[in-house]
Amino acid sequence: MPWLDLLLGLTLVVTAGLALAARDLFRAVVMFIVFGLLMALAWVRLHAPDIALAEAAIGAGLTGVLLLDTLGYLRRPFGSRVDKPGKHQ
Amino acid sequence: MSLRLVSAALLCVAVTVALAWAVLDRPLPEENLPDRVAAAMPESGVDHPVTAVLLNFRSYDTLLEIAVLLLAVVVALALREAQPDQPEAMGLDNPLLRAVMAWLLPLILIVAGFLLWAGSYQPGGAFQAGSVLAAAGVLLRLAGVTTAWLDNATLMRAGLALGLLTFLGVGLLVMIPGAPFLTYPLEYAGTLILVIELTLTLSIGLTLISLFRLTPPYADDPDEAREQAGKTP
Repeated sequence: MPWLDLLLGLTLVVTAGLALAARDLFRAVVMFIVFGLLMALAWVRLHAPDIALAEAAIGAGLTGVLLLDTLGYLRRPFGSRVDKPGKHQ
Repeated sequence: MSLRLVSAALLCVAVTVALAWAVLDRPLPEENLPDRVAAAMPESGVDHPVTAVLLNFRSYDTLLEIAVLLLAVVVALALREAQPDQPEAMGLDNPLLRAVMAWLLPLILIVAGFLLWAGSYQPGGAFQAGSVLAAAGVLLRLAGVTTAWLDNATLMRAGLALGLLTFLGVGLLVMIPGAPFLTYPLEYAGTLILVIELTLTLSIGLTLISLFRLTPPYADDPDEAREQAGKTP
């Protein structure tokens, strides 16, 4: 399946580029999760199922959750911040 | 184009060229490591080469990895904003999620247990099982389920340190009969690795859960927050 592998590799590069170039942070996080899941597929194709499992669970899943959580934290109104007032974009 | 852009582009190209050169010019491995691992498999106590390398042949690396994870979560604990945890503020208030979790939770726990057990003879192991456990914790948290035992700081910290302490303890225990650090005796190797992996799974799961839980909760006072949001452009 060389064509599928080539397609997978190209999609990886494209999703990585989209994640880096996205202006909207939410879009960037979603692209990062997509990248992580495709990366897990790539590891399977490279006969490394152990890394694929870890990538899907930690790379795409939990890191994605942490990034989304951070995004929610960044977007919350600053009046609720306890210690110090920050800049609001 | 400004000077900064040009220099950044040049730097990127240089790094890319250096990387490509490093990949193309790498020396041939002098020893065939996969063959050596395959030859040593009977001494490892497990049937899966990756687990054998991670927890027996190169267990020192894994020990240090766990220590780094523990250090990371200790730093996260230290950086946490000093305010009470509010599980209900984190929840999505979604009855569907709560209902689905009642079905999903047992399934997730079974998958984590399976991954842990499977690690000894096929892909799987402590890291994968731990992250599945952590996923269950994150989902519970999002569903707004309060878990009293997770809010018990002493219990939580004991759980975080359990994996590293057990790993270290086993490594030191085998030194009593005179073996070097972390060199398991052949007849107990499988059992010792399983015990280490079990505690590692718990600790890794708790570590990942606490990284998620340690993020500060949302608005303390919704009314005040809305008022502030209205003021800011």
